[in-house]
Amino acid sequence: MNIYKIMNESEEKIISGYISSINGSLIKIKGLEDQVRLNDLVKESNHKILGEVIQIYSDHVIAKVFENTFNLKLNEEIISLQEPLSMELGPGLLGQIFDGIQRPLEATFLESDSRGFLKRGVDIPSLSRKKKWIFKPLRKVNERVNMGYVIGTIQETQFIEHKIMVPIGVSGKITYIAEEGEYSIIDEIYRLKRGNDEKTFNMIQKWPITKNRPYKERSYPQEPLITGMRAIDLLFPIVKGGTVAVPGGFGTGKTVIQQSLAKWCNADVIVFVGCGERGNEIADVLKQFSEITDPKTGRSLLERIVIIANTSNMPVSAREASIFSGVTIGEYYRDMGYDVAVLADSTSRWAESLREISGLLEEMPAEEGYPAYLPSKISSFYERAGVVNIYGEDDAGKKNYGSLTIIGSVSPPSGDFSEPVTSTTKRFVQAFWALDANLAYSKHYPAINWLKSYSKYPEFVSDWWYERDIYWPEIDIDWYECRNQINNILSQENELKNVVQLVGEENLPKNQQFILFIARLVRNSFLIQNAFDLTDCFTGIKKLIGQVKLILLLFNEGKQLLNRGYLIEDIKDLKIINEILRIGRSVSNDDFKALERIKKKLINEIESLKLLHGVFKKK
Amino acid sequence: MSVIYRKIKKIIGPLVFLDNKHDVQYGEIVKIHSNDGKVRTGQVIKMDESIITIQVFEETAGLSSENSTITFTEDSFKIKISSDMFGRVFNSLGKPIDINTKQVLDTEILTEIERDINGLPINPFAREYPSEVIQTGVSVIDGLFTLIRGQKLPIFSSQGMPHNLLAAQIVTQAKVLTEEPFLIIFCGIGIIQDEAIFFMKKFQESGNIQNIISFINFADDPIMERLIVPRVALTTAEYFAFEKDMHVLVILIDMTNYAEALRELSSAKKEIPSRKGYPGYLYTDFASLYERTGKIKGKKGTITQLPILTMPGEDISHPIPDTTGYITEGQLVLNRNIDKKGIYPPFEVLASISRLMKDAIGEKTTREDHADVSSQLLSSYSAALEVRDLISIVGEDGLNFNQKALLKFGEAFEMSFLNQSHTENRDIETTLDLAWKALSHIPRHQLLRIRQEFIDKYYVGEV
Repeated sequence: MNIYKIMNESEEKIISGYISSINGSLIKIKGLEDQVRLNDLVKESNHKILGEVIQIYSDHVIAKVFENTFNLKLNEEIISLQEPLSMELGPGLLGQIFDGIQRPLEATFLESDSRGFLKRGVDIPSLSRKKKWIFKPLRKVNERVNMGYVIGTIQETQFIEHKIMVPIGVSGKITYIAEEGEYSIIDEIYRLKRGNDEKTFNMIQKWPITKNRPYKERSYPQEPLITGMRAIDLLFPIVKGGTVAVPGGFGTGKTVIQQSLAKWCNADVIVFVGCGERGNEIADVLKQFSEITDPKTGRSLLERIVIIANTSNMPVSAREASIFSGVTIGEYYRDMGYDVAVLADSTSRWAESLREISGLLEEMPAEEGYPAYLPSKISSFYERAGVVNIYGEDDAGKKNYGSLTIIGSVSPPSGDFSEPVTSTTKRFVQAFWALDANLAYSKHYPAINWLKSYSKYPEFVSDWWYERDIYWPEIDIDWYECRNQINNILSQENELKNVVQLVGEENLPKNQQFILFIARLVRNSFLIQNAFDLTDCFTGIKKLIGQVKLILLLFNEGKQLLNRGYLIEDIKDLKIINEILRIGRSVSNDDFKALERIKKKLINEIESLKLLHGVFKKK
Repeated sequence: MSVIYRKIKKIIGPLVFLDNKHDVQYGEIVKIHSNDGKVRTGQVIKMDESIITIQVFEETAGLSSENSTITFTEDSFKIKISSDMFGRVFNSLGKPIDINTKQVLDTEILTEIERDINGLPINPFAREYPSEVIQTGVSVIDGLFTLIRGQKLPIFSSQGMPHNLLAAQIVTQAKVLTEEPFLIIFCGIGIIQDEAIFFMKKFQESGNIQNIISFINFADDPIMERLIVPRVALTTAEYFAFEKDMHVLVILIDMTNYAEALRELSSAKKEIPSRKGYPGYLYTDFASLYERTGKIKGKKGTITQLPILTMPGEDISHPIPDTTGYITEGQLVLNRNIDKKGIYPPFEVLASISRLMKDAIGEKTTREDHADVSSQLLSSYSAALEVRDLISIVGEDGLNFNQKALLKFGEAFEMSFLNQSHTENRDIETTLDLAWKALSHIPRHQLLRIRQEFIDKYYVGEV
């Protein structure tokens, strides 16, 4: 049984060849050379192991096998499946965990005798054929539909309404559409007629993973993806439809950042690709996501996530596919008009899998053994992000948009950012969150180095933030200006650091000491954030603006006091500073009044300092 | 019905090439009998219609194209396992040996089961997230880098540092707070005989020898065996953990020797090297060992790994520690300067981490203040070290009150929390109380990472 063919199975003609050589995960096949296309899937009949054709010669082809090749023999039969590796797209993706080539890992565990281990040749369909979904038709017989038109909907989870769309490249007149009711994904849902040609459709679409799903046109990103991480949302923002790389050596917290994003960022659908990383991390994601509930709906977060897992001990050859599998599923939900975030952890392992296969093929290596086509592979991944005007019918003349954001972590060996994968990735992403081992060592998390990181998006989103600004007359600046001032303080600190090394902090002029003091406050109260604290893990828009304005207010008032001859020690000793330091953990997101109280106290304390000082002066 | 070849085509290092004359299986194990009476084992690693490439696990010196016969076993590499193994020592191929003479004993063990040493990857969905604390009795580990059942937590050390002592201390003191017994599997990879004897002596002193199975590959054994021995040990561990419901702690020492054997083989195969001559698949290969750890849904047993490696040139960015750190769930780093100060265990606290502790510690398992305290210790110690650097610039008199307090904390932390005897077994309460004693050198309001309620309850300094 071929699980990758759903329709017209009986019409298939079997095309077969045989193994003529085995070298690790590469096999040479004879007898298929004139009958397969590049990237077509092949299957070994005896053990049901899948592979992908990667080279074609005049007398043989070479295939990369997705599982280990132990016990295979020469001359064993290989069948061509006559199609490239494709994702099965339809209801039932959300909340599921798949391997790199979309085999369902939960069903594998529950339905096979593998007892927790992964055996070869698992032959279970990606999406459950048994589960019944409630289909609501939106079209009538005789309506004309084009690709991307929504035929009907299914409430896939509480979060997500799954839109059953006319597949790419298909159009016609509806000759039949199912009534509202329960259907499985392989039941007939509608028929389309074009000319004399009538076709039957169920809920499943298939799409080859290396091909971009098309859209009408690309649009200009304007809306930030809110991550709840203060350092990111203020200093290095990202847009819906943007691209980010998160490089960092081991122990710098890449995975914690990826997991926080998956939990809290305001995308509708998350595709989490665990690529060549730890098995326990996938277990962690599964556990956390089933336990954490969304505050708005009270449902488990698992209902908005699709997990692709190719852990470091699973076959390397499926690792290359895993990243593209994730993006393809992401694009499918984007085409329904959702904001999707694809989180890939880690793209370095993916690049290493390319290197390994390339080494087996004995290709001429470029830098550090990586193949020369590494840049084109990396760009073909990140270029699939974007905000797009999707196919389908416009709503009363209003265009429909969907977005796909890609956040890829990079694991540079020795934390060296000049290595090929990091430096190549930098060319294709718009934001770069550089994680720093020294910050991690001093327990500054998230360890985003504010001097090495960058984002090209602030100009894109400043209007969005301006509309959501909170007005405090005492400090009348918007998000963009706050950002500039904080950046300014941090870069001044960096310059002063060298001087401090020479002469000691106490010997600097007062106003410079004060800048160092405020910079420390920015780091300790604002940039440092505890991802495991129930309150601190996510900072909402209002709290973020309030927090940063409190610091800047103190900075401005303090500067004025210093200029008027007040002592820096008196300012540093203000009681309110201790409270500002604890805001992250002590003030909840919806308690904006608490921030206003702190602001009032801050102003009162400054006023009484002035008064006190005045009294002394009079004496 | 095994096929026998009488002629070798080519021999290059550990690789033997044959003309392909029969229906061979990929990964098949072969036995090579040479006329000097030795039997070697090898595995098919590449094959096409004309040539079979075999990787030999033992020394290939002495083989010639005419003097040997090669028998194909039609089987993969398997090891015999049984509870008969408890308390005994084996070589890389699972044969019982005498550790003092290095001789193979002729007493065969009973066989309960035979298992392929390569194992299968654990289905990520089937994994249960590890959350049970192992108490090692070492304050710095229990307090700051708690070891969890099902975790892989390596020790990064260097030659001349007391990592063996620490490993032995952990093995003899480790217990789960629920008091279930451990099975310990000790796997020596390319270690010298003295080290092996040291460990056996320590294990015997602990009175726990019946719960220890040892596999030893000596430094002068063939390098191919180094690549086998951890797999043999882990296969044994998997059997006892997932079939016999036992909690298994595997010690792998020294992973640097393993990686070097891998490099040697890769160079013999003429592969394109990646960093420092190590093959590009070093990560994947390491992962195939380290990932054989954890907990599976519906099974009682667990596997915990404590790999030990010596960092070449004491460089943590060297490919071996670097690659390991990317796979394991944290690392414990030893530092020579701390060692020179006479502090044991000589931890480089700020470079160490245990990734699985966050969900496992707390009120129900250790103590309510554990998470806050460990976070505060690390951040204050980091600040204390900054102050020490500052002294060289401004002198001790130039420090302000807070900085002096941090300095005192740093001293107390190193001398009474970090430092302990290698026979001292501290429980978690003692460890946390020692932590509070050190923290109480710092003024209350500076303890930003600890919740106020815990400060009120546990702070022991003057107000």
